[in-house]
Amino acid sequence: MIKGRAIKYGDNISTDLIIAGRYFHLRSNFPELKKHALEDADPTFVTRVRSGDFVVGGQNFGLGSSREHAPLVLKLNGVGGILAKSVARIFYRNAINLGLPVLICDTDRINEGDELEVDLAGGTVTDLTNGARLTFGKIPDVMLRILNEGGLIPYVKKYRDIALPS
Amino acid sequence: MAKTMAEKILSDRSGVDAKAGDLVIAPVDLVFATDSSGPLTIRQLRETGFQGVADPRRTVFFLDHAAPSPRLELSNDHVIVREFVRQSGVPLREVGEGICHQLVAEDYANPGELIVGADSHSVTAGGLGAFATGMGATDVAMVMALGKTWFRVPESIQVVCRGTFGKGVYTKDAILYLIGHIGADGATYQALEFTGETVAAMTVAQRLTLANLSVEAGAKAGICPSDGVTRGFLEARGRGAKYRPLAADAGARYSRVVDIDVSRLEPMVARPHTVDNVAPVRELKGTRVQQVFIGSCTNARLEDLEIAAAILKGKKRHPDTRLIVVPASKETFMQAMKKGYLEIFMEAGGLIAPPGCGACFGGHLGILGDGEVCLSSQNRNFKGRMGNPESFVYLSSPATAAASAIAGEITDPREVL
Repeated sequence: MIKGRAIKYGDNISTDLIIAGRYFHLRSNFPELKKHALEDADPTFVTRVRSGDFVVGGQNFGLGSSREHAPLVLKLNGVGGILAKSVARIFYRNAINLGLPVLICDTDRINEGDELEVDLAGGTVTDLTNGARLTFGKIPDVMLRILNEGGLIPYVKKYRDIALPS
Repeated sequence: MAKTMAEKILSDRSGVDAKAGDLVIAPVDLVFATDSSGPLTIRQLRETGFQGVADPRRTVFFLDHAAPSPRLELSNDHVIVREFVRQSGVPLREVGEGICHQLVAEDYANPGELIVGADSHSVTAGGLGAFATGMGATDVAMVMALGKTWFRVPESIQVVCRGTFGKGVYTKDAILYLIGHIGADGATYQALEFTGETVAAMTVAQRLTLANLSVEAGAKAGICPSDGVTRGFLEARGRGAKYRPLAADAGARYSRVVDIDVSRLEPMVARPHTVDNVAPVRELKGTRVQQVFIGSCTNARLEDLEIAAAILKGKKRHPDTRLIVVPASKETFMQAMKKGYLEIFMEAGGLIAPPGCGACFGGHLGILGDGEVCLSSQNRNFKGRMGNPESFVYLSSPATAAASAIAGEITDPREVL
């Protein structure tokens, strides 16, 4: 069970909005890079995000580039998970690989600032502020195993291989 | 069971009779990263304790995003990549050699292969009948370490193109039309499979443009059949032995079929700030542009430059409109030079920058000012894409871009052809 507060955005939050190409030169400097997370969508994000907060989006969250720095800067800012109506494929895989849960659910029922409780195993999100109870799409088993190990790096460190769940 | 092209390639490479929705583990025929994704890829690889890569012959690094480096931080990222390739025996394509996706098509990709690149436009190689897809740094690091990864076999959307393009209408207009039609998430988690008489008549360069933009509809891969055109391309590049035919089986199952009669299309533009915000060029007439960019992995191949040069020959750019041309690779650059295209661009008042990705992703060599508008032959127009969140990027074919550079405003190329 993970708890956190919702920071809400609309549709089409692209990887450029999450971390702009103009900060390309900071990509190997994580402490500086993370200061620019979501800057072009919301310049106040980095000052108000708290550890464990959920970033809540609409349709096609994370569209665009394969830059893994997009989920990385969210994680480095303490984001505990991402909730959206739909998520672009590469972003989805990247976030799970970094151990950052991505849950696909009807985010219309979540408001900015709401307290959320996520039951990863049970597949539910409870909005403790307004009482809404949402179910999210099943995370594929292969990804759940990666997520449960904390990401693909700890997974491969442990198993020295990649295999499908039997 | 009748199979799509995606099902065929993933079945063949995984050794499992796979259908859409199945998960497979498959060896990867080519894996690559750039100076954009490479430093994090290397960091993740080392984090797991792997010191080298599973197969250096199937691995490549490209220095194309900061080419040449405009900042010391990026120069130091290049140092990380150069040291890694030296230690691991992996080939490196240096600054100035070209955009990774163009070089993958020129020198590496073959039909039926499974290709993974740490860049979203890695789908480009699907134009040669490969299953090519983009992944992030950690996935790519593990492909480099293990030589394989997991794939979910995607459902496919069949895109059937019929008819002949009218004057001034090109592959870029057709794929922008498709993205406008199905939406920027219309193919998420799926493959786009292009077929029909129009695709059969396309050159490999045109097919690469189709495949390249697949990701802008969310697609995992964009695949064109492999046929006599593919064979001719491979033979000309010394890879004739790598040719194998590829087509979907009759009766293969698709999640959706989209028919496009290209003879009815007109020149199209994607407006800011999403690629599916598509309109006919005529609706944008009169939109002033301060910069025209002809470049990127989408539309900067020799035949794109030929089309633009034919429009710009003997003309001048509008005095208020800059024209920047970036050939996709060194080879393209040299061919365009020999054919006189670069001279035409320069006499028209344009400038030529070295092959690379810089302007397209907002790194360098073409960052826009506040309130400025760019019409570009590239693939993305997201807010901030060309380096400034206060600017506006429109996407079009090279022909529309060239015609607009002369007029200083978005212009239908049919007016000048």
